[in-house]
Amino acid sequence: MGFENFGSVSFTTEAKPVDFVTYLEQGKVMATRCKECGATYFPPKMDCPKCLQSDVEWFEIKGKGKLVTYTVVNYGPAGFEDDAPYILAIGDFGDGVNIFGRLSRGIKEDDIKLGMELKVAPKKLLGDRITFEFQKG
Amino acid sequence: MPERKNVCIIAGDMSRWGVREASLVDVVQEAAKECFDDIPALNRKDIDGFLFASSYCGRNPFQVNAAPVMAERIGVKPINMCTRVDTLCAGGSSGIILATGLVKAGIADVVMVAGGEKLYTPQRWETFYSELASIDHDWDGAQGMGLPPPFFAMTAKEHMKHYGTKKEQLAVVSVKNRRNGATNPKAQFQKEITMEEAMAARPIVPPLGLFDCCPITDGAAAVIVTYPEKAKEFTDRPLVYIKGSAQAALHSMSANWPGEHLADWVHLRTAAKRAYEVAGVGPDDIDVAQTHDCFTISEIIEMEELGFCKKGEGGPFVESGQNDFGGKVPVNTEGGLLSVGHPFGATGIRQAIEMLKQLQGRATRQVEGAKTGLTHNLSGLNVEHTILIYGLEP
Repeated sequence: MGFENFGSVSFTTEAKPVDFVTYLEQGKVMATRCKECGATYFPPKMDCPKCLQSDVEWFEIKGKGKLVTYTVVNYGPAGFEDDAPYILAIGDFGDGVNIFGRLSRGIKEDDIKLGMELKVAPKKLLGDRITFEFQKG
Repeated sequence: MPERKNVCIIAGDMSRWGVREASLVDVVQEAAKECFDDIPALNRKDIDGFLFASSYCGRNPFQVNAAPVMAERIGVKPINMCTRVDTLCAGGSSGIILATGLVKAGIADVVMVAGGEKLYTPQRWETFYSELASIDHDWDGAQGMGLPPPFFAMTAKEHMKHYGTKKEQLAVVSVKNRRNGATNPKAQFQKEITMEEAMAARPIVPPLGLFDCCPITDGAAAVIVTYPEKAKEFTDRPLVYIKGSAQAALHSMSANWPGEHLADWVHLRTAAKRAYEVAGVGPDDIDVAQTHDCFTISEIIEMEELGFCKKGEGGPFVESGQNDFGGKVPVNTEGGLLSVGHPFGATGIRQAIEMLKQLQGRATRQVEGAKTGLTHNLSGLNVEHTILIYGLEP
């Protein structure tokens, strides 16, 4: 399975880190680490922007992150109209891994606190589609 | 080719901005005509370089390689350079910086920099779909990011959290810029609003309400850039020199934000430091500024990062009228994006036109004795900052 099934709306079908979607299917949210310089990347990158080498390894984002900031989207862009309202957020998972994604619909807006613990997990959508989301840590 | 020391901007004007029953080429032609009318001694044959700033021309009007199309429509036949520039919301400013380089290097003598967008089309979704193309499409876009208000709402929340900024201070910015735009015959919104209206406006993305957000706009603008000796063949007005510029891009994806938090705009500080260094001036020398008020919170943070006030004090700075007429540095003197509108590629040129008029002493709302001015754009979802500094001295 490739990026054609990633997210609410597909924007890319051909991209090097295609294994990311396969890992999501297996229940894992993965990032990459450059074996040359040690830099970590989310979204995953198969070529390192820091040292420009291409020897990278995958690792799972298992630990807990912290909610950096969030916003409620009441009006979605084209393709996302039916999704709204939804909550976009940034989570800091340490080791250079900052993730931009959505908060689970299971988290009520009143319960959101900046700095609260999060985990990131795959999320199945309608059809064969799949993405990731933040859940309570 | 002759290398030239100084470059100046000698004329400029714009089309009516708003929701227009006119195509992209229509509004660009209107802007060019107004620009030529601003400098009657200049013949269209004198234009040997043409830069066209537009980002969505390849999306909504569906016109790529747009520069020759626009050049033919406005009757210029450049022989040295004719190309399009795309830096989204900063495209016009990028065009002026590039024109400065072309003239300095002797590649071109007299360059028209035009910018324009046609954003209202019968298929409204085209614009909203295109918004997703202005960020990292594959990853940020796939989460349903794309329209700017959610991002700037996050920014406003962070500024409130770290510095205690209040919703009332956001409203002060929209009230001021609407007041300045009310006397601008080219503006999309020519109507003042009250504090009460600003505070009670319907929410777009909390804490941002309707008047905290700039509109999208159909419209175009154009300026003429040349060197001083050449300029004197066409005009007796004071020359407005391009003293310096900077354009800084430190990241692209939302989660890779380079600052401590979303209200810490390190890329703007970087660009400001560089622009002041190149121009040989500091924030205290700036008499008037046009900064990128895409949202009210943007203008507040820009006051801080441009050095007009201390970091975190943008709220009290705008609340006490320090960036209004009579204050330390009047900002967005003809209405800014909040009032005049925002046809992305044209906005930097619109700012340059107001700066030209301010420094030549012929602005509608004149800052008395203004000698040095600054324009600023942020572009994309706050991934790049562009600054130009203009002055009556080179």
